[in-house]
Amino acid sequence: MAVVFERPKSLLDVPTHYCPGCTHGIVHRLVAEVMDEMGIEGDTVGVCPVGCSVMAYDYFGCDMIEAPHGRAPAVATGVKRTNPDKFVFTYQGDGDLAAIGTAETVHVATRGENIVVIFINNTIYGMTGGQMAPTTLPGQVTQTTPFGRDPQLAGYPVRVCEMLSTLTGTAYAHRVAVDSVPHIRDAKKAIRKAFETQKAKKGFSIVEVLSTCPTNWGLTPTEAIKRLQDEMIPYYPLGVYKDTTEEGNE
Amino acid sequence: MAATEILLAGFGGQGVLFAGKILAYCGLLDNKELSWLPSYGPEMRGGTANCSVCISDEPIGSPLVLNPDILIAMNQPSFDKFVNDVKPGGKVFYDSTLIESECTRTDIEIFAIPSTELADSNELKGGSNIILLGKLMKETGIFTLDTMKKCIEKVVPPTKAQLIANNFRAIELGMNS
Amino acid sequence: MERNLMKGNEALAEAAIRAGCKCFFGYPITPQTELAAYMAKRMNKAGGVFLQAESEIAAINMVLGAASTGVRAMTSSSSPGISLKSEGISYIAGSDLPAVIINVQRGGPGLGGIQPSQADYWQATKALGHGDFHLMVFAPASVQEMVDMVVKAFDKADEYRVPAMILADGLLGQMMEPVSFPEISANPTDKSSWAADGHKGKREHHIINSLYLKPDELEKSVEDRFARYETIKANETDAELYLTEDCDILLCAFGATARVVKSAVNEARAQGIKAGLFRPKTLWPFPVKELNEAAKSAKKLLSVEMSMGQMIDDIKLAINCSKPVEFYGRTGGVIPNPAEILAEIKKVGGAE
Repeated sequence: MAVVFERPKSLLDVPTHYCPGCTHGIVHRLVAEVMDEMGIEGDTVGVCPVGCSVMAYDYFGCDMIEAPHGRAPAVATGVKRTNPDKFVFTYQGDGDLAAIGTAETVHVATRGENIVVIFINNTIYGMTGGQMAPTTLPGQVTQTTPFGRDPQLAGYPVRVCEMLSTLTGTAYAHRVAVDSVPHIRDAKKAIRKAFETQKAKKGFSIVEVLSTCPTNWGLTPTEAIKRLQDEMIPYYPLGVYKDTTEEGNE
Repeated sequence: MAATEILLAGFGGQGVLFAGKILAYCGLLDNKELSWLPSYGPEMRGGTANCSVCISDEPIGSPLVLNPDILIAMNQPSFDKFVNDVKPGGKVFYDSTLIESECTRTDIEIFAIPSTELADSNELKGGSNIILLGKLMKETGIFTLDTMKKCIEKVVPPTKAQLIANNFRAIELGMNS
Repeated sequence: MERNLMKGNEALAEAAIRAGCKCFFGYPITPQTELAAYMAKRMNKAGGVFLQAESEIAAINMVLGAASTGVRAMTSSSSPGISLKSEGISYIAGSDLPAVIINVQRGGPGLGGIQPSQADYWQATKALGHGDFHLMVFAPASVQEMVDMVVKAFDKADEYRVPAMILADGLLGQMMEPVSFPEISANPTDKSSWAADGHKGKREHHIINSLYLKPDELEKSVEDRFARYETIKANETDAELYLTEDCDILLCAFGATARVVKSAVNEARAQGIKAGLFRPKTLWPFPVKELNEAAKSAKKLLSVEMSMGQMIDDIKLAINCSKPVEFYGRTGGVIPNPAEILAEIKKVGGAE
C-alpha cells in the first residue's frame, strides 16, 4: 500500500504533553518536515525555551538544548558562533521571547546572528496556567487581567515582527498562522525559507506563528481557531515584514 | 637586595603609571621579583593617579606600597599626601616646577628636579616623568643606565620608535640635573 | 622560561586561549575590563570567538550554548555581574556542562565600589544560584597562579563536567607581575558521548537539559552529581602551608589578602611570634585535611579576609570548632595592611 502520510523522521515517535487542540503539534511537524526535506537533522541543534514547549527536546530528533527562560537566543548564539556550519534554531513562546527575553531577542536580531527563531504567539502564558503575555490583546481576559487587558494599566501588545524588521541585522521576518490549510502551507514555506536563509548565511530569520491555546482561552479548539482568525489576525496582520534575500529583493 | 618599595604619584595623564611600568620592566630585565599595582578608578585623566612598584630578590608579599623607600611625586597633592609616609632613610624625587616643598623632614633625602621646565625647554613635552626616573636611577643605583635603555626600547611601541631617542635624552637630562 | 610582565586580567585571558578556550562572551565591568579587551584583540587571531554580549545574562547563556556543543567556553565579570550570571551558572551546573567563569571581585553589596574585595566567598562557595549544586572555586594569589589555575580549571571542569570559577579580585586583576606560560598541552577530553553538536545521523540525539519534572528523577540526577562532588572533594583540594609546623597562631587567608598576611607573618616571626599561614588555593572543595594539618600545633586561628568574615565559617567547620577562630577583616574595597594584621596577631594572643 502506498504511504501517503507519515510522521517526519525528525519528529520522534513519542507521546507529547500538549493539550488537545493545541497548535504546537502542527508547528513542530512543520519544522521537522523542513529538516527532513533539507536533510539537515543531523546537522541541526535546536534550543527550547521555558514555556509550553520546554520539553520540545523530547520531540525533535536533532540535538537539543534546553535554555533558561528567555535566553534561547543567547544560547543559540553560543552554539552558532562556535559551530557556524550547523543549523541552529530556537523555538520560543511569547512570554519567553517578548517579555523576559526581549533583550536577547532584539540583540540576536541586531547582530544578524545567522539562526532561525520560531516564535509561537498565542497571546497567553500557557505553561503557568493562562496569565497575560506581552502579546495579550487589549480587552483579553487572562488570569492576571481578570477584567480584560486594560492598556492604561497593562500597556499595549508587542508586535514582534514589526519591531524586529526595523533592525538591519534581520534578514527575514514573516508572520504566519496555523488556522487553516492554506495558512499552514504558507507557514511551512516560511519556515523552509528561514532555514534556507540560514543556509545562505544571510543572517537572522524569525517566523512568527499565530497559534491557539484552547485550554487557557477557555474555548473549544474550533472556537479557538475562530478567535485566531477574528481577533488575532486583524491585530497581528500576516505577511512578510522583511526579506533581504534575493527573492525578497525582486 | 632587600625589597625596594616605590610609590609614584601625580595627576592622571602625567605618565605616572607609565613611569612605574618602566621601573617594573627594569626589574623584569634584571631577573628580579616585582609587582606593579595601579590605583584604578574613574579618574582616567585629570584626577590623581598613583602606582606601587615593588622590586626584590624575594617573592613580593603585599604589592601595595604604603611606606615607600622611594617616592616620585609629580603634583602638589601627591607630595603633600605621601611625603610623610616615606620610610626613614628613604628618597623623594619631586617635580619642583609644579611642587613647592615645605617638608621639614631630615631623616629622608629630598631631590627637587624642575622636570616639567626641563622637559619643556628641551622640547620633550610630557617627558617630565622620565626625567625624574633618570634622577632616581642616578641617586639610587637601583638599575643601570643600560637596563633602563633596554627597557625603554621594549616598552615603547614600534609605531612610536622616534620616542626612544627622546626618552634616552630625558633620562640623561634627569641624571645630570 | 620567558618571563612576561602582564596584568592579572590579561594573564587570565592569555592562559585561557592557550588552554584551548575557543570562545569568550563578556560584558564590560570594572575591574575586569582588560580581560575582555585582551580577548577582543587576541581571540579571533587564535581561531576562536570573542563576542561582547548585550548583558551578563546573555553572556553566560552564550557560554551555556557553546559548552553544550563541547567546546571550551569562558566568561568573566566582577561581583554585580556575577550575580546576574547566577541563573545561567545554575543551569550550567544542572546540565552537567563544563565552563570557566572568572570573578574579579569588587566591593558590595549592590553597586558597591570598584576596589578589591573578597565578599563573594559565600556566593562562590555556597550559593552561586538556586538549587543543590557546587562549582569548583580556585583562588589565585599571584598573576602566575592566575595562569596556572585557569589551565587547571578548564581541565577539571571537563574532567568532572562541572563549572569552575576563578575567584580573583581587583588587586590581582589590575596588578602586573612577571609570568611565564608553561608549555600547555590543552588536555582535550572526549565529549562525544554527550555534546549536542549535530548527530550526523550516526547516533541518538543528545539533549542538554536541567529539567526533571519527576521528583525521583531529579533527586537521582542531583545525587549522581553529588557523588561526583565527593570524588572532587577527595582528590582536588589544594592549599599552601607556610611556617605552620611549629606555629602558635595560624593565620588563614586566600587570594590577595594572603600576600599581605604573609608579610605580617614574616614580621611576626622576626619579632619572635610563632605565626603561620594557611592559604587555601581551592575554596570549594575546601582543603579540610590540609587545614587540620596546618593547625596541629596552633593554639588559635585567625582568619583574615577582605569581607566581614565569610571563609571563617568553613574554617570553623573544618576543625569542628576545636580551637578558637578569631577574625580580622576590612571590607568595601579597603585592603588590610601588614601592620594592622601584625597588631591583630598580637592582640589575639599570638605572643607567648
